[in-house]
Amino acid sequence: MSWLTEIVRPKIRSWLGQETRDVPENLWRQCPACQQMIFHKDLDANLKVCPNCGHHMRPTAMERLAWTFDGGVFTRIELPKAPADPIKFRDQKRYADRLREAREKTGLEDAIVVAHGLVGGQPMVVAAMAFEFMAGSMGAAVGEGIVAAARLAVLQDAALVIFTASGGARMQEGAVSLMQMPRTTIATRMVKEAKLPYLTVLTDPTTGGVSASFAMLGDVQIAEPGALIGFAGARVIEQTVRETLPEGFQRAEYLHQHGIIDMVVKRGDMRETLGRVVGMLRGVRVEPAEQAA
Amino acid sequence: MRPFLEFEKPIAELEGKIEELRQMQEPGGINIAEEIARLTDKADKQLRATYARLTAWQKAQVARHPDRPHALAYLQALVTDYTPLAGDRAYAEDAAIVGGLGRFGGRPVVVLGTEKGDDTDSRVIHNFGMAKPEGYRKARRLIELAGRFNLPLLTFVDTAGAFPGIEAEARGQAEAIARSVEACLDAPIPIIATIIGEGGSGGAIALATGDRVLMLEHSIYSVISPEGCASILWRDAAQASTAAEALRLTAEDLRLLRLIDTVIPEPLGGAHRDVPAAIAAVGEAVRTALASLDGMDGPTLIARRRDKFLAMGREIPV
Repeated sequence: MSWLTEIVRPKIRSWLGQETRDVPENLWRQCPACQQMIFHKDLDANLKVCPNCGHHMRPTAMERLAWTFDGGVFTRIELPKAPADPIKFRDQKRYADRLREAREKTGLEDAIVVAHGLVGGQPMVVAAMAFEFMAGSMGAAVGEGIVAAARLAVLQDAALVIFTASGGARMQEGAVSLMQMPRTTIATRMVKEAKLPYLTVLTDPTTGGVSASFAMLGDVQIAEPGALIGFAGARVIEQTVRETLPEGFQRAEYLHQHGIIDMVVKRGDMRETLGRVVGMLRGVRVEPAEQAA
Repeated sequence: MRPFLEFEKPIAELEGKIEELRQMQEPGGINIAEEIARLTDKADKQLRATYARLTAWQKAQVARHPDRPHALAYLQALVTDYTPLAGDRAYAEDAAIVGGLGRFGGRPVVVLGTEKGDDTDSRVIHNFGMAKPEGYRKARRLIELAGRFNLPLLTFVDTAGAFPGIEAEARGQAEAIARSVEACLDAPIPIIATIIGEGGSGGAIALATGDRVLMLEHSIYSVISPEGCASILWRDAAQASTAAEALRLTAEDLRLLRLIDTVIPEPLGGAHRDVPAAIAAVGEAVRTALASLDGMDGPTLIARRRDKFLAMGREIPV
């Protein structure tokens, strides 16, 4: 495929002009990191990781669930309703309208989906944040989702895994969104008190109030390569300290070097890693012969 | 002279005039005395009228008033035998978070506060009240200490937010805040948190996950600063006043939303106009809140605190 993408594609692009990328029903996607054009089927087969440079693109929450559970089989649970628009917020647009648009665009109720099933042979509850829904921002609905996921894990005696992808708190819910920090922290306590493993997978991006609550409280913390992870935004930091930010600042590898996460795991290795770690934390023994084979 | 806020200009002018007349006043100058009395009365009415209907943005300015009493002022006035404790035992001492042991009404307690500083030197020492990971880790250490020795925890929150810096991120700012919230939730002791000025987002809630959360009347508590919100959603920081209104960050709004428990009335014209009265009012409110938790054991406190936070936002009164 390389000769096709590297040699033929640019020519086709030049014939058809700049708009090619979007015209034939998004058959081709450009890697935001290396600019390589990738055929959509190749990209999907590769879990939305660029075959050329290894850049991990942002998937939807539903894709995340399909990739994570064994055989792509899982059962989604309905999440408790949270009060929509608790402070009747409006900026240049009404929050209620923004919510409606996000729901129409994504087909999701809010920025989180929760499902249960087997991951690497282990029973797990997986919560995946939906960056495609208002930048994965955390309001009351996301908080309810995390609490519901924790309760389900306890009920099913399953491990809890949360894939985070969020710009932070949803400011359109004011202090109600801030209160999701303690609320989601309580959820993590429930799982830990039941002596069940709680793993976080920090994906691009995980910042603000989400990073400063349940995202950083995992028994084991994993991140995807290159994911942006941090508390404060890069622009705010630059304005405050008036320094240029170091290379790779707030990226998964940087956090790994600084002792904040346990490992950086490629998307293709995620299911196996989760299953292995959870299996060991839950005391699952494997006969040496079985392991060698 | 005290710094006046923009919206206090008419009051400032009147007070200036009064001051001028006082300087002029000769013994026995009855006319001048009458004029002073008249103007004082007028200034008083103006102040009352202005402060009775402060907008959210005006409250934000009062909450950040440089003369407003800060955390150490409360600790010094309300706590005897104050014994500061320092350090996170891992990296550093962070003076943005002050705290230690003390006695409140004679009863041993652990106190914690975010301190902004009162002048240039102390502001630099306290990093303008913006804590780094070591600050939140120190907080966590003191919260756990309070739990181990069954001492109530009193916190005084006044911060624009956690410090946004390269080093802070490198040392795990997000994790440090998360752990501080977690420590509050796990503490088997009464926690009374008071927002005395600015309750800035994650940096504030790290010390404000309490059984009772009190707010001074003109303090604010928000997920993001009005300026930050305006620059993101309006793409114009000058819309801060509109954003402040939309965020519903005033003490009264938060009480109506049932996110905090009590609003503590401030002296007329704000805490900075009568610091001892403001501090006394906070002391009284903390005493009442603490008394309401008397006799509850650790597991009950933890369970109720969880229920309280889990209930938040579930039912929003109109």
